[in-house]
Amino acid sequence: MTEMDAYLALEDGTVVEGQGHGVAGEVQGELVFTTQYTGYEESLTDPSYEFQLLMFTYPLIGNYGVDPEVFQSDGIKAEACIAREFSTDPDDVLQWFRDEEIPAMSGVDTRALTIKTREHGAMNAGLVVGEDVSEERAVELAEDCPPISSKDLGARVTVSERQRLEGYGGSDVEVALIDCGCKKNIIESLRQRSIDVVRMPYDSTSGDVRDVDPDAVFVSNGPGDPAQYTDAVDVVDEFTGELPVAGVCLGAQVVGRAFDAETYKLKFGHRGANQPVKDLEDDVVHITAQNHGFAVDEDTLGSDLEVTEINANDGTSEAVRSDYLKVEARQYHPEAHSGPRDTEEEFFDGVKEDFVEGL
Amino acid sequence: MPTREDLDKVLLIGSGPIVIGQAAEFDYSGSQACRAIREEGIEVVLVNSNPATIMTDPEIADEVYLEPLEPEYVERIIEKEQPDALISSLGGQTGLNVSAQLAEQGVLEEYDVELLGTSLETIHMSEDRQQFAEFLDDIDEDTARSMTVESVDQVDEVIKKFGLPVIMRTTYTLGGSGSGVVRSREELEQKVEKGIELSMTDEVTVDESIEGWKEFEYEVIRDKNDTTITICNMENIDKMGIHTGESTVVTPSQTISDDVHQRMRSTGIRVIRDLGIIGGCNIQLAYNDATDEIKVVEVNPRVSRSSALASKATGYPIARVTAKIAVGKTMDEIRNDITKETPASFEPTIDYVVTKIPRWPFDKFEGVDRTIGSAMKSTGEVMSIGRTFEESMKKALRSLDIVEPEFDTDEEVQRYLETPTDIRMFACIEAFRREFTVDDVVEATDFDRWYVARLKKIADMEERLADEGATEDAVREAKRLGFTDREIAEHTGESLGDVEDSRGEATYKMVDTCAAEFEAETPYYYSSWESVDEVKDTKGDKVLIVGAGPIRIGQGVEFDYCTVHAVQALENEGVEAQIVNNNPETVSTDYDTSDKLFFDPLTLEDVVNIVENEDVDWVMTQFGGQTSVNLAVPIAEELERRSLDAAVVGTSPDSMDLAEDRDRFNELMDDIGVKQPEGGTGHSEEEALAIADDIGYPVLVRPSYVLGGRAMQVVWDEFELREYMEEAVRVSPDHPILVDEFLADAVELDIDAVSDGEDVLIGGIMEHIEAAGVHSGDSACVLPPQNVDEERLDEARDAVRKIAKELEVEGLLNAQMAVQDGEVYILEANPRSSRTIPFVSKAVGVPLAKAAARAMMGTSLDEMPYEDEPYGDHVAVKEVVLPFDRLPGVSPTLSPEMKSTGEVMGVDYGFGRAFYKAELAAGNPLPDSGTVFVSVRDKDKDDIVDVARKFSDLGFSLVATEGTQKHLKEHDVEADFIEKVHEASPNVVDLMKRDEVDLIVNTPDEKRAREDGVDIRREAVDRDVPYITTLRAAEAAVEAIESAATEEISVNSITGYLENR
Repeated sequence: MTEMDAYLALEDGTVVEGQGHGVAGEVQGELVFTTQYTGYEESLTDPSYEFQLLMFTYPLIGNYGVDPEVFQSDGIKAEACIAREFSTDPDDVLQWFRDEEIPAMSGVDTRALTIKTREHGAMNAGLVVGEDVSEERAVELAEDCPPISSKDLGARVTVSERQRLEGYGGSDVEVALIDCGCKKNIIESLRQRSIDVVRMPYDSTSGDVRDVDPDAVFVSNGPGDPAQYTDAVDVVDEFTGELPVAGVCLGAQVVGRAFDAETYKLKFGHRGANQPVKDLEDDVVHITAQNHGFAVDEDTLGSDLEVTEINANDGTSEAVRSDYLKVEARQYHPEAHSGPRDTEEEFFDGVKEDFVEGL
Repeated sequence: MPTREDLDKVLLIGSGPIVIGQAAEFDYSGSQACRAIREEGIEVVLVNSNPATIMTDPEIADEVYLEPLEPEYVERIIEKEQPDALISSLGGQTGLNVSAQLAEQGVLEEYDVELLGTSLETIHMSEDRQQFAEFLDDIDEDTARSMTVESVDQVDEVIKKFGLPVIMRTTYTLGGSGSGVVRSREELEQKVEKGIELSMTDEVTVDESIEGWKEFEYEVIRDKNDTTITICNMENIDKMGIHTGESTVVTPSQTISDDVHQRMRSTGIRVIRDLGIIGGCNIQLAYNDATDEIKVVEVNPRVSRSSALASKATGYPIARVTAKIAVGKTMDEIRNDITKETPASFEPTIDYVVTKIPRWPFDKFEGVDRTIGSAMKSTGEVMSIGRTFEESMKKALRSLDIVEPEFDTDEEVQRYLETPTDIRMFACIEAFRREFTVDDVVEATDFDRWYVARLKKIADMEERLADEGATEDAVREAKRLGFTDREIAEHTGESLGDVEDSRGEATYKMVDTCAAEFEAETPYYYSSWESVDEVKDTKGDKVLIVGAGPIRIGQGVEFDYCTVHAVQALENEGVEAQIVNNNPETVSTDYDTSDKLFFDPLTLEDVVNIVENEDVDWVMTQFGGQTSVNLAVPIAEELERRSLDAAVVGTSPDSMDLAEDRDRFNELMDDIGVKQPEGGTGHSEEEALAIADDIGYPVLVRPSYVLGGRAMQVVWDEFELREYMEEAVRVSPDHPILVDEFLADAVELDIDAVSDGEDVLIGGIMEHIEAAGVHSGDSACVLPPQNVDEERLDEARDAVRKIAKELEVEGLLNAQMAVQDGEVYILEANPRSSRTIPFVSKAVGVPLAKAAARAMMGTSLDEMPYEDEPYGDHVAVKEVVLPFDRLPGVSPTLSPEMKSTGEVMGVDYGFGRAFYKAELAAGNPLPDSGTVFVSVRDKDKDDIVDVARKFSDLGFSLVATEGTQKHLKEHDVEADFIEKVHEASPNVVDLMKRDEVDLIVNTPDEKRAREDGVDIRREAVDRDVPYITTLRAAEAAVEAIESAATEEISVNSITGYLENR
């Protein structure tokens, strides 16, 4: 196999050279980092990484191979993967990049890039991988890269048509899941609680949802700016007060927007498996998996929704709730996979109860 | 929840002396805890018997008690100090045990002292195997199953239930004999039968074996609000069956998926929550790859050795947070001291690989079994940090500071792969130099394939360097894999300079708890070969202090104490103090001890790279024991070679060399008129025998090229000398041996002093209690001297001053002297820190290491507020702790080679009382009644009479061997006759076996008696019977027992003693 070179350029003019893997090609998108040391298979297949180049801060990626069972979607969703070093024995991860035709890069000082990202904020990036690649092309790609907020990314990762998935061991209740790029384990966590899931395209209208006649509405995670997800916001707006509503990650931002809150872009986001979330009721801190670049501005939230959990690091809102409207949304990922499972039971058991009770 | 307002004063119990299984980690955690609690405005009273610790420094706690960690002493302290509460979880198993005893005896209730942190009930629950298994069953977590077996008939049932192998556990037998892995039915039948016979409860326990499962540890912290987080996970490369303290451990886990990791993490959190542990703790888990099962192995309900490792590996201060939790805070209220921005209630994440390797003492014991397994044998550990696994591993291996083992044949390599020993990792790398395949090594070691494949990369790189030469590509890749320049030069055949030209510069990365997600304030770094260096630019003068590395016999926590003191002293000198060290258990590697901490190997190259990168002005090598002293001259040369504008500060490397060069030192002593024992250098066997003949036996022999007492021996006749030269040390013209007059029956003195180049400050003089010929590090000693007259002491002082002047000492000087028949001799003078520095400093209240560091930086002694030998009315005794109970089969004798792992200090008014405390603290409590066995050499017969009479008066009965018994009888002291060992039965060994002797006084002289002594001591070690081998120690013991019998226990803080001067 011929060796490939790689150049990564950032919008601030930084260019680094490294080894190329996967396939020759060029990509653009936002460079983000995650601080998890396990879970590369789950992260790379998480549709929320659409239009992002995913960089791992942990230097050794691929050590325990690749197991399709744990994928969170049908394949790698990140535009590219960057790590200090990919395992060659086992070399599953390198083979995976080739199979999925994803460019990847190693041999770079990822910690230095992380610090740059932290200081500058998440930056647009261009990556070229191949046998004969030019630094200039990488720079061009970074400069031409449209801002992530301008992209309608939901279209790229949602289901093409409605899909009905039955709950395991029973069908206690049915939920319409607005799939903005849903991680598999959200659906699994619902089905494991005997919830039937009707997975619907991200641009489903209220009418589409009424056709299904669900007992509840759930908005999934997904890539990009929540402001792009106007249909999903309309659905939540329409059904709030009529059916229980729940959301995770981007879903929480959609719920916030449906309640007229504003959302904004974080400097470099929260991505990792160690994010502390404080429950404001009992002050207990739970460790959560997170992957988001946008957040709900809690000051604009109005009085119908209550912030019930905040991020212990920076105070941003992590959970909103309305008891009487039965709205429950989490900014973090209670479904984990990857990441800690501290909040899985509490969240999914809670929403099921809401769904069953109804309004 | 804020800090509790009802707490004004808390008592913290330390962990006592360094022993195998309990090293410096509790000095680190205790010191950090003291600071954390005092920050909250709460007074701390500390008790610990180990003087060689930072935690027992007067500035660490409000009151420091160097008293035995025994309930009755701690009770007196509680009575005196009236603390509101007690913290038990930071002093290791010792601290926990003492706390539990105080609670059980009702002492805590009586004095209204609250036990902070985890409840005793929880502690019992997690420590009692049976209860713990039941608890796990209740919460549906799995653990290795266990069965009580009362008859051989049950063997079928056992095998049906657990399969083979199984683990046998005999209950209530001495030393756990009969325990271990059983692999066949026949063996199991035999062992069950034997076990039941030996057991006091007529039963044995058989456990399901999970040998060969992967082993993991999770460090968990929980606060009273139920917030529970994990600090990190650790993967043992050695699988289940090898004690985690004996395993090579990597953080974070490398070979398990997120799913397995999260399941184990969830199990850990659940178990700790349901147990109700408060503060830092540790859970061990086993994972079976084939069946995807997880089992709980055990829980440590307190801060442990692993906590120290986890703290250093992640940067997260576990002890600090545990202490804050104990006094009422919750984690969300505690600031993460590393980022200064985020709270402590988060989980650290790391962007590097950490490797820990234990340091074993096998180089100190002839014929010791090097196999490692389920029991601890290591004394310390090294940790290293790298951006690749290979780099992390190679740094750790060179941090061990051992001679890299060589293997002769493939069969030998295979053997070392199959049998776990201290050198298995070296054998793995060697295997790949010899065409073993990854599969071969996986098969032989049962290591996970990933690790083996990575180890192969190291050997592959060596081959590539040899093939390709020092190309820039190859050199850079080799650096990334952790090769030193010297290794690269060796493999490529290129010059060091060429390698340096193509390798680029080392970059230093920060250990910041968060993989760079947040800006951090911490000055904690490690070297790597990346593109960007992150060390914060600082101006001003910089001093790099070279630390001591892993705790090992001969180089214990006392050198970490000296390192830390040097840093503290420099704070007042207006320079930036940096530390380089590789021991995760220590205070010196705490993130807030120095201005900058470099966690790196202590090799010439690693150290000088820091000097270069940091533009360091001065390097201090006096404080880190032999490891750093050995680097003094090479560093000086390397600075020159690399044209770096830095210098080794303090006593010149040349003077250090002079002190260790036998001939130069002799000459100097002659010049200044200081007497030395007669001696000579033998370049051949004949020459050595002739010298010995000339001097007269016994003589002290040692190889001239080994430092620090290695292979040193007293030989009593020509036969023994020949044997020594045939078996222990080969003599050749290049490797001569030194033959010295052995000053039998001399009183040995140890003197610690500081010089600024002009004046000399004598800190204190210690008198050894053990006989001459025992390594000074193994000898109990007393300060001030008890049996040497002032005139002789003056002579000794004079000699020290002269030597300091002649050697132009700037910094510390330790002199070992001997007084025999009114003559004062110098045995050794070492211009560097000695292991007695902390003991003397605490006993006299003069911080000698600090004074030395300041003197080295140019402050004169005149400007410091210290006076010579400021003894008070108190007497301080240092006693050592020996590892024989942990190393079965090792001859438990003391010799000129050091064997002790740690030390304690006993202080009181009067020698007897101080000695009594020291023995108690060292774990050899003197009896208050019973039988004393006495057998002394002719020379001691007259003097033993008074000792024996006193024992008799104190109500002891005496047994004595023939000569001694007769002599006592002649002086009207009754003793029962007993046979000599090796002659007939019953003898004292039989008595010990029948539990009929409580103290042994045996002063041997001839060889035969010394052989008897070995048997007696082995038995005494196994049976915990105190064993005394010198007349002076016997006198001390009887005085001690008398004082204990007639006087009340008294306790006093160390400042209390010093203020009474």
